[in-house]
Amino acid sequence: MKVIVDMDVCKDHGQCVFSAPEVFQINENGRLVYEAEPDESLRDAVEEAADVCPLQAITIEG
Amino acid sequence: MGQRIVIAGASMGGLRAAERLRASGYTGEIVAVGDETHMPYNRPPLSKEALASEVTHEAVAFRLRPAVADVTWRLGVPIASADLEARAVRLADGAELAYDGLVIATGMRPRRLPTPGPTAGRHVVRTLEDACALRSELGPDARVLVIGAGFIGCEVAATARLLGADVTVVAPEAVPMRRPLGDDLGAALQRRHEQQGVRFLLGRTVAAFLGEDRVTGAELSDGTRLDAGVVVEAVGSASNTEWLDGNGLDLSDGVLCDNALRVEGRPGVVAVGDVARFPNPRYDGVARRIEHWSIPTDTAKRAAVTLMTDLGLSGHDPAPFAPLPTFWSDQYDLRIQSFGAPALGADDIRVLEGDLDGEVVVGYHTDGALVGVVLIGLPSAVARYRAELMRNSVAA
Ligand SMILES: Cc1cc2nc3c(=O)[nH]c(=O)nc-3n(C[C@H](O)[C@H](O)[C@H](O)COP(=O)(O)OP(=O)(O)OC[C@H]3O[C@@H](n4cnc5c(N)ncnc54)[C@H](O)[C@@H]3O)c2cc1C
Ligand code: SF4
Repeated sequence: MKVIVDMDVCKDHGQCVFSAPEVFQINENGRLVYEAEPDESLRDAVEEAADVCPLQAITIEG
Repeated sequence: MGQRIVIAGASMGGLRAAERLRASGYTGEIVAVGDETHMPYNRPPLSKEALASEVTHEAVAFRLRPAVADVTWRLGVPIASADLEARAVRLADGAELAYDGLVIATGMRPRRLPTPGPTAGRHVVRTLEDACALRSELGPDARVLVIGAGFIGCEVAATARLLGADVTVVAPEAVPMRRPLGDDLGAALQRRHEQQGVRFLLGRTVAAFLGEDRVTGAELSDGTRLDAGVVVEAVGSASNTEWLDGNGLDLSDGVLCDNALRVEGRPGVVAVGDVARFPNPRYDGVARRIEHWSIPTDTAKRAAVTLMTDLGLSGHDPAPFAPLPTFWSDQYDLRIQSFGAPALGADDIRVLEGDLDGEVVVGYHTDGALVGVVLIGLPSAVARYRAELMRNSVAA
């Protein structure tokens, strides 16, 4: 599974962080950082993160 | 024959319900009926980034998970009526659909002003078509009158201003976004809008629209006359529940549900999204509708489990449903985020961090306990306050 966040669209709301903290984090500068190839066991959490992103900036491939 | 679930309303709540039914292991038929002609799309950009650039379905369409590939979408046709005893809905084209389970996801429509005068040039923003029509009239030469100073009104004002239009906001309240945010934060946001060149005429309403074939201006309740070629009415919304009339339901404000989103006394019928009025044990247990974007997703998750139980497909889930309401709004480069229930803490509002004219965290309290937080900026503080709100609850 590959995760792509369109960083031109992302506004660092951080909603994704609450759904999948293993994959998405807000760093101390308030910017989103994320794991691009998370483990398959995290699929449900990552799908939920993509659903709750207000900007719909998260795409999942594979 | 296999089981059939009918989803009434093919927007965010309907889509999320279909996804959650599949995720809960439901393998029967799902038919989603929607009166709009489009596949489900995202509304918030219609007053923000999409309105600022280009309003197309591609730009706002929700991604469809493979799990919902076999859902039947009946689009462009409203449900005219429902017979909950007989377990069937009738579509406006005369077709009748029997169901084993029903998901009510028909959401809201904008209220319209009864104000006299021409109607051409008057807009609302709820659907893609609404936003397209408004977009085509916005530009540097436009004189825009926004009626209503809630979130959608203020977002449209900001977007129209970014497009170079001359913008005036008229509303009966004393400060914009007052009800959710309180006087001080509302006033601070008004100053930000004014710095961007938006004019506010508050404490007033529109008495009449001026013009012959289309709007050329408005006369306000205090006699003020304004020129305006584009009017946006952002004066709240009404529930789409008429199709449920005659079934003995409490439809006084959306559809009354129990805490599991089951329509009162009707096993096999659930409601999700803006139209669902449910008690939240995180707060006072009073049933309320919540028009936040987080709610279709949260309610669909719980409602799917309830339907599975009622259809005999899974066991009862005793866990109380206590979502943390979450809302955001983008105006200029300001990101406003709200967590919890600020309206319940309106009598005790404190600035917790930062200052009202910069980045700020405002807390709303009941009996000294934090029940809601609104942040402007300060993204790195979100997790901390959200965690505190998850711990606190006002319920006795
Ligand atoms: C312009 C705008 C900006 C917003 N911005 C934000 C924001 O920044 N942050 C935030 O948290 N929330 C925001 N919201 C709110 C958020 O979009 C809603 O909470 C969400 O859309 C609710 O989804 P829903 O599926 O419950 O209802 P809806 O999206 O209203 O969907 C209901 C669907 O049912 C259809 N329908 C109605 N009656 C019938 C019938 N009889 N038969 C068949 N179909 C029917 C409707 O046409 C519609 O397609 C915004 C809303 C709007 C309009
Ligand atoms: S929820 Fe969306 S916009 Fe917010 S930080 Fe995550 S990816 Fe970015």
